[in-house]
Amino acid sequence: MTVSPLHLRHVSHSFDTLDVLRDLSIEVLQGEFVAIVGPSGCGKTTLLNLLSGFNRPTSGSVERNGKSRMVHQQDGLFPWQTVAENIALGLRQLKSKKERQQQVEEMVRLIRLEGFENSYPHQLSGGMRQRVELARALAGSSDILLLDEPFSSLDYLTRLRMRQEVARILLERPRTVVLVTHDIEEAAQLADRVIVLGERPAQIRNELTLSTPRPRNPTDPEVVEAIRRILTELDVESDSGEFTTA
Amino acid sequence: MTRSGAIRSVALPLAVVAVMVVVWTVVWRSGVFHPSAFPAPLDVVRGFGEEARTGRLFTDLLTSLFRVTCGFCLAVVTGIPAGLWMGQKEPARTAFLPIVNFFRNLSPLAWIPFAILWFGVGDASPIFLIFLSAFFPVVLATMAAVASVPTIYSRVAADFGMSDAEKLIRVTLPAIMPQVVTTLRVTAGVCWLVVVAAEMIAGRDGLGFAVMDARNGLRTDILVVEMIVIGLVGVGIDRGLEQLTKIPSIRWGYER
Repeated sequence: MTVSPLHLRHVSHSFDTLDVLRDLSIEVLQGEFVAIVGPSGCGKTTLLNLLSGFNRPTSGSVERNGKSRMVHQQDGLFPWQTVAENIALGLRQLKSKKERQQQVEEMVRLIRLEGFENSYPHQLSGGMRQRVELARALAGSSDILLLDEPFSSLDYLTRLRMRQEVARILLERPRTVVLVTHDIEEAAQLADRVIVLGERPAQIRNELTLSTPRPRNPTDPEVVEAIRRILTELDVESDSGEFTTA
Repeated sequence: MTRSGAIRSVALPLAVVAVMVVVWTVVWRSGVFHPSAFPAPLDVVRGFGEEARTGRLFTDLLTSLFRVTCGFCLAVVTGIPAGLWMGQKEPARTAFLPIVNFFRNLSPLAWIPFAILWFGVGDASPIFLIFLSAFFPVVLATMAAVASVPTIYSRVAADFGMSDAEKLIRVTLPAIMPQVVTTLRVTAGVCWLVVVAAEMIAGRDGLGFAVMDARNGLRTDILVVEMIVIGLVGVGIDRGLEQLTKIPSIRWGYER
């Protein structure tokens, strides 16, 4: 039996008197893409900080097997470093400079930013910056990818393209992924499993599995059906499929 | 900048200077001030020639620059580490912040009597005073810059397994550089002001002493020569430090 990369057992977390998470148990399997959706302020980012090991839970246990890297909402790149230097951050353990350079070049090609190696983050668009963050998280020997609303600062069309990019890149560099998002469509299109959290203190309200192989389109029947079910779960879709008049 | 823009940026300031010289001449000719208290523009030009021949202006300039450089560099190499320490350690901040604020608001010129008593009238007194002018602002600015480093960078550093030392070199220092460079520019300007005052009272050479010497000799023409040089060199120092903001790994801080 293989050990799962991430395993939360009865995790609760609170800041002072504010209960953010209550008795959460989540197991993420090797190579699985899990999306966690929920209303804003329900503790999704707290959950990621526990998964990455940046914070420790008030009670319960977080088991992590393998190296995890986080892609942040925005501004996670070091602005004083070039694209190449940022990506090389995860390659510091490589002794040979040539090998490091080679890997950086490979990642730059993967995110299709050839020619921008020596640009600084402030010279790039928001979408390009998020691609660099993704490359930085994937470079080297990371096993687990944590995505903290990675596309929420982008416009809708760029977001759609970024989803395709992520799906394509993951085909080439498979990782165990946890995506935290409030974008239900994004969750349903990208993930193998969607966990729906309720209001704070967050508990699991529902969990649904998608079986259509990735990459998928937002208009695939299973994705559309999943969106409908999640919306219903979050009480933002009426069961009849029509708007109710108040 | 376009070519016509480049010409304008030289021509317009020169026109302003020309108007000032004209006004200066008019006032001189009108006789409002006694000739011994108000030199003619031409006297100043001759004064420049005289100072250039004897070479005194040049040695005074070097003396003052040497003192400012010593005091300023001493303040930077001690002030930045002190600011880093106070920015990162809450107890250090709580303990030292009030006293640093106190000395920051105490004019370095108030130290002149003690400087003379302790260090005499050589290089040491002005260097000490310049150090005091720069040290406390540099400490405070560095501390504030450390406190304002976004926490997201700490999370990234932890994610990529950085040790404390590595985080300091790769994250904290580069993150505060833009703010520190701005402070260095302001502080260097203050140091250049202070060195003149310090040398006027506690000096036997340097530009400040030359100002005092010209006054004592009633050489108002030389006085104006010194003033022009002091102002121009101050601008030059700032322009020099401004180059730091053009370094690519610092420039980002001025782009948003």
